[in-house]
Amino acid sequence: MDVSVDRIALPWGSRTPYGRDEAWPVRVDTCLADGVDAGGVQRWVQAASILHSDGDAMDIAVLDGRMVGVRGRAQDRVNRGRLEPKDLFAWQANASPDRLTRPLVRRDGRLVECDWATAMDRIVAHSRELLEERGPGAIGFYTTGQLYLEEYYTLAVLARAGIGTNHLDGNTRLCTSTAAEALKESFGCDGQPGTYDDIDHADVIALFGHNLAETQPVQWMRVLDRLEGADPPRLLCVDPRPTPVAREATVHLAPRLGTNVALLNALLHEIIRTDRVDHDYIAAHTVGYEELASRVRDSTPEWAAAICDVPAARITEAAELLGSADRLLSTVLQGVYQSHQATAAAVQVNNLHLIRGMLGRPGAGVLQMNGQPTAQNTRECGADGDLPGFRNWQNDAHIAELADLWNVDPKTIPHYAPPTHAMQMFRYAEQGSLRMLWVTGTNPAVSLPELSRIRSILAQERLFVVVQDLFLTETAQLADVVLPAATWGEKTGTFTNADRTVHLSDKAVEPPGEARPDLEIFLDYAARMELRDKDGGPLITWHDPESAFEAWKRCSAGRPCDYTGLTHARLRGGTGIQWPCDEDAPHGTQRLYTDGITWAHPDVCESYGKDLETGATDDVVEYRSLNPEGKAVIRAAAYLPPHEQPDDQYPFQLATGRTIYHFHTRTKTGRTPQLNEAAPDVWVEASASDASALALEEGDLVEVSTPRGAMRGRLRVTGIRPGLLFVPFHYGYWDTKAGHAPDGETAGRAANETTVTDWDPVSKQPLFKTAAAALRRVERGDGHPAPAPTTTASAPSRADAVPGTTGGPAALVKEDAG
Amino acid sequence: MNGITLTLRALHHGEQRLADELTAVAERHRTEHEVHHVATDLARWSREHVQRVADTGRDHGVNLAGPADHDTSGLLSTLRQKAAEAVGRRPEPGLLLLRDLRELHLDATENSLYWEMLAQAAQATRDDPLLALASACHPQTLRQLRWTNTMIKNLSPQILTSLS
Ligand code: SF4
Repeated sequence: MDVSVDRIALPWGSRTPYGRDEAWPVRVDTCLADGVDAGGVQRWVQAASILHSDGDAMDIAVLDGRMVGVRGRAQDRVNRGRLEPKDLFAWQANASPDRLTRPLVRRDGRLVECDWATAMDRIVAHSRELLEERGPGAIGFYTTGQLYLEEYYTLAVLARAGIGTNHLDGNTRLCTSTAAEALKESFGCDGQPGTYDDIDHADVIALFGHNLAETQPVQWMRVLDRLEGADPPRLLCVDPRPTPVAREATVHLAPRLGTNVALLNALLHEIIRTDRVDHDYIAAHTVGYEELASRVRDSTPEWAAAICDVPAARITEAAELLGSADRLLSTVLQGVYQSHQATAAAVQVNNLHLIRGMLGRPGAGVLQMNGQPTAQNTRECGADGDLPGFRNWQNDAHIAELADLWNVDPKTIPHYAPPTHAMQMFRYAEQGSLRMLWVTGTNPAVSLPELSRIRSILAQERLFVVVQDLFLTETAQLADVVLPAATWGEKTGTFTNADRTVHLSDKAVEPPGEARPDLEIFLDYAARMELRDKDGGPLITWHDPESAFEAWKRCSAGRPCDYTGLTHARLRGGTGIQWPCDEDAPHGTQRLYTDGITWAHPDVCESYGKDLETGATDDVVEYRSLNPEGKAVIRAAAYLPPHEQPDDQYPFQLATGRTIYHFHTRTKTGRTPQLNEAAPDVWVEASASDASALALEEGDLVEVSTPRGAMRGRLRVTGIRPGLLFVPFHYGYWDTKAGHAPDGETAGRAANETTVTDWDPVSKQPLFKTAAAALRRVERGDGHPAPAPTTTASAPSRADAVPGTTGGPAALVKEDAG
Repeated sequence: MNGITLTLRALHHGEQRLADELTAVAERHRTEHEVHHVATDLARWSREHVQRVADTGRDHGVNLAGPADHDTSGLLSTLRQKAAEAVGRRPEPGLLLLRDLRELHLDATENSLYWEMLAQAAQATRDDPLLALASACHPQTLRQLRWTNTMIKNLSPQILTSLS
């Protein structure tokens, strides 16, 4: 049955209900350019989404060498043909007229066009000089969660064994580093235990700080379909905003910011008190239970209620829901990861599953989520503050394996300390010990906290900044050299989503002008730098995506993220495949830990663990005595009050976050008409009671300020928890007169003008959901509502206050359900 | 005064001193954000220890005050912050940071040894409340130690190799 649906007005499309333990029905979503019909498409080229971490598989429609649309892949395990609004429309941005087409170098203070040789020679000359004068610690690489596996691996080898620097991280630090850290703390190793298929089987789904509806919309479609089918799951939602998830939830808790550990400890307290605990599982597969039980002994719902400002009775109900589940699926995202005590809280969700024995069976799983499409690959390949193949920097045998593989002396691979995290790299740059920063595919001048600080670091004379991207972003405007990159649909590579599914994304069209794939740029740099192995041969021996993939397979062999059973050819044509995929599991692996804990043994594990409150690292001796046999580690944590609390001057709490219609800093979604019109500018959300106390109304221009800075936006009055303000973080300055920063004519618009420089001491993830803020009116509204969507968590509290968000004819998408 | 009260006094003094030091280091290194925030959190542990030592001391007939409160707002703190910002852009403060972390480590080590002594004496005299005090506080002192050690380990390579 074919229907056309306005997918801006109805972001999740039509329902295909299904019952528990049944297969999720197929629904193929297609969006083609005006005037093109499916019959006129010359080629369909296989790809997957890079606008969120779902890993939605799709085909790109090509006509006369141009992209003319997309279609979901019916046979893929992840989305069964569905696409979400960003997938459906944002391909159009590839053809934007303002794409970078030639390299730029700064001359007399201005960026001017040049050829590739000139740009690369500048970078190489600068690198050589720094290496000679100051050593590898002067050079850092800050990458993204949007490149491909082959590119990350090449970058990791180049940086770690070629340059020999410890400074390589991704913006996945802002996004997914707590997920990785929480898995390492509990299971000794990174790797998602569960699978999206658990949604088909669960009877309770608990979403902790995870607005699934807007961050992984296709899996939310799956939940919605189950809610309309036989034997639907019950939902627990922990989120201070009235998200679409909250609206469907059996129990919704809206805690005060920064209190997740208190809440989770109370939930654990109740589960232990009512003895809904799987003692056999605990004995067989875990260590540390006694300590957890004693730590939460006094964490009653009443105690937590006072801290979290939610009714104790609701906490008890939530615990009842979790305790009575027979197949429990929990998911976690930024409401936990970007908040105070991030890792400590995420680990308590793992604990919940360990003590209830809810792992490794259909429907019983944990999804420690990612925000970015290729975040998982930065973790596996070692481009994000981990070492390639989930190797342990404290384990000399692991370093020796890498040295062998790359034919270098182990001493050239820095492992005297953990790889430097992004926030520390910026600190080193601020201090002047890091003198060159190569930024690939990310936009720190909008996405990092405390923007005035970040701008002043990037603008320093002594810091040489290279930016490799699609557009002249806010960050690129501050660079010394800008390299035009090819992107999705213009290059070939693989990437892995949050549930370990590896997809291939093929090249469909040529990149614009002289733009080049990131892999080519890295290979060119390695060649010009003449990076050598210890016998004088070239360090990097591969030359294209396929040979890079084969090289990565050798690095992954025998490690948890084993790719040896995969090839580009095998990934072409069918469905994505979940790692580990090797001789023993040629079809991939749906769930980890089906038979006990696999990779926590002291000789194998990726990490010996860290103190959940201080971030201090444990060493092998401590780990061996704690966990000699390699079981899961139950780690308890005490609640600590947040570092910034509201006071008279700054009476509100402030959280930043996302909307379904945009991704990252709107590099592509802001250049997509349907998406841009759905959420064209920044806004500020406040509760009805706070608005009326300040005599503010929908559409008033308000200013949000904190000790770091201020931003302005139109007010949207919503059902958010009183005392809390919310600002979407996607908006920067590239589409304003100011260009890259606020100026006399452009007020602050980016949420991060206000956010604090503070990070979780364990995962080093910045805390974007923690500031204390003030709110004031700048100007009465002119009758226009805030530019916020009505379809999502920013829905107005009074439904009649604002006309509904629609996309009109340009947003019509064909849905074909069976 | 017996050996136990002597040890309690030493701990009372040592933990108060560590709380003050942690607070001062947090202030001095506002631009080292992790140090600033975690040191502030860790100062809270030492203040709790001071309180608990004072409470237990009372039962042993020793009169010890609760933790001294330090007002970190106000002019002094603003001045310190300005100073921290001014030096925050130069590499040499890295050396100062390493020195401060080293001092914290040594002070915490001294406290740790006193906790060890107290626990031993408590066992010898079968003084359960005293043993409970030591077993509650000593692990946190060890965690303070591990934190300073970790920070020194992670920061030294960059700081010490980048001085010209
Ligand atoms: S928007 Fe947030 S969740 Fe999404 S990729 Fe960026 S940091 Fe991650």
